[in-house]
Amino acid sequence: MTISVPDTVFASRPRHAPLQARPCASALMIADEAGSAALLSLAKLAPELMPRSTILICSGSDATAAIRDLQPARLVEIGARTELPAALRGLLAEARMGLQAYIAGAEDLIDQAVAVLQTAGLPPGAIQTERRGSPARRMQCVHCKAITEGVTSDPYCCPGCSRSLYVRDHFSRRLGAYQGVCVDAETPGIVPEAQEISQ
Amino acid sequence: MTQVLRLTQKQPVSPRITRFRFEHPEGRSLPVFSGGAHVMVTMRDGEVLRRNAYSLISDPQDSSGYEIAVQREDQGRGGSNFLHEKAQPGMMLQIGAPVNLFGLNLTARKHLMIAGGVGITPFLSQLHEVVRLHAPFELHLAIRSRNELPALAIPDAAQVHVSDEGSRMNLTEILSTQPLGTHLYVCGSARMIEGVLTEASALGWPKDALHSEEFLAPAPGVPFEVNCARSDKTLTVGAHQSLLEALEAAGIDTPWLCRGGACGQCETDILACDGEIEHHDHWLDPAEHCSKIMPCVSRFRGALLTIDR
Ligand code: FES
Repeated sequence: MTISVPDTVFASRPRHAPLQARPCASALMIADEAGSAALLSLAKLAPELMPRSTILICSGSDATAAIRDLQPARLVEIGARTELPAALRGLLAEARMGLQAYIAGAEDLIDQAVAVLQTAGLPPGAIQTERRGSPARRMQCVHCKAITEGVTSDPYCCPGCSRSLYVRDHFSRRLGAYQGVCVDAETPGIVPEAQEISQ
Repeated sequence: MTQVLRLTQKQPVSPRITRFRFEHPEGRSLPVFSGGAHVMVTMRDGEVLRRNAYSLISDPQDSSGYEIAVQREDQGRGGSNFLHEKAQPGMMLQIGAPVNLFGLNLTARKHLMIAGGVGITPFLSQLHEVVRLHAPFELHLAIRSRNELPALAIPDAAQVHVSDEGSRMNLTEILSTQPLGTHLYVCGSARMIEGVLTEASALGWPKDALHSEEFLAPAPGVPFEVNCARSDKTLTVGAHQSLLEALEAAGIDTPWLCRGGACGQCETDILACDGEIEHHDHWLDPAEHCSKIMPCVSRFRGALLTIDR
C-alpha cells in the first residue's frame, strides 16, 4: 500500500517545501543530522541570517562541525530527541514576534517541533519545514490517545492499547501528530500486512 | 438585510468627528454583532443616493442601538457632509446589517492595535470584546494634534501619540517587543497601513498575524463608458460616481457588501478592454488585473470596456 499525498486545498498533510530565507528579527533553526544539510543550503543562500540565528541540533555528530562553521549567534546541541520539547521551550521563553522558525529533518522531528512552536504561540505563517531523511511519523492513536514517535510501518501496533492502527494522512496541527485509526474495526481480526511508509 | 432606523443622537466629539446613534423606531432590539464590524448607511441626498460604510463603535452585545463616529471629509463625495450637515435627530435612515471584515483573531495571545486618527473607530467595539475576554491588549493611537482626540470611550491604557507635540509612535520598538502569539491590527490612512504592514513584514511578522482595514471611498476620476454585455446596455460613469453606482442607477443587479474594495463581492469579469483599468481595490491579485474589475472602487480610462454584467 502506498500513502498518497493529496494535492488539494483540503489536504491535511503538512507540506514541506525547501526552506527559504525570510526577513526576520531573529531566526530559530532546528534540525537533525539529515536536516542539517538543508540548513547549510539555507545559510549559503542567506548568510546574513546567521548572526541572528539560534540553531538547535538534535543528535548530530559529523554534521555539527559544519553547522558550527556557519557561526550562528547561538548553537545548542541535544543528544536525544526526547530532550527536544524542553530544549525548545527553554529557547522560546523569551522569544518575541519577529521570530521565524526553520525546521529540517525527519517527519517526526518536524511534527514535534511544530507542535512545541505553535503551543508557544508562534503563528503557523512563521514556521517553515523541509523534510530530509526518514519519513517516520509521529502518530496519535485516536482511541487511547497514546503518541508513538517514529512510526515507519502501516498498520502499526499501538503501544497504548494494542490495537492495529491504520496510518492516516489526517494530521493534527494542534498535536503535531498524524491520526492512527483501528484498521480492523469493521472486520475484527483481519489486519492487512504491514507496509513500509514510503513518503 | 437592511432596516430603517431612527437617528436619536448626534453629538460632536472633536472638531471634525461627530457621533451618531441609531435606534429602532419601535424600540425593538437590533442584531448583535462582533467587534470590528461596520454598517452601510444609505442616504437619500436630493437626487443622489449615497452609501457609506462606517465602523460600529458601540458595545457589540448592546442591542438597544448602533453608534458610529463620522469624520467630515470636505474632499469626499458628500456622504460625511450629508451626515454632518443635513442629518438631524428624528430622521430615518437605511442601515445595513453589521458586516465584519476586521474581526479579532480569537486564537491570539495578545491584541496589538494601531490606529491613525478616525481609524480608532473599529477598535472601540473590539475593545468591549477584548475586555470581556480578559485578553491582553495594547492600543496605540496616532493623531496630529491634541484637539483631534475624539471624546469617545478610549481606554486609559491607550497610548496616544501626538505628532504636534513630538511624541511620534516608535513603530520599530512597538513591533519588536511583542510576545509570541500577538496579532497586529491596523486601521488608518492607506499610507499608515502600508507603513505599518511593511515594517512588520520586514521584522519577521507573518501574514497570518497581520490585519488591516481601510475604508476606501471610491476615487473620483474622468467619466468613462462601459458596455454591459449581459444586460446589453452601454452606460456612462460620471466623474463623481463609481462604476457600481452607475450599474445600480441603470437597474443592473450587482452584488456588493463593503463598497470599499475589500470584500470581493462585486468582482466582475472583463470581456474586452482597450485602455487602462485603474484598480483601487485591496482584493484582486495583480495576476487578475487584466481579467477582473471591482466596480465599487475601480475605474477605467480608454477606448472600450466591456464587462460581464
Ligand atoms: S463591494 Fe466589497 S469589494 Fe466591491
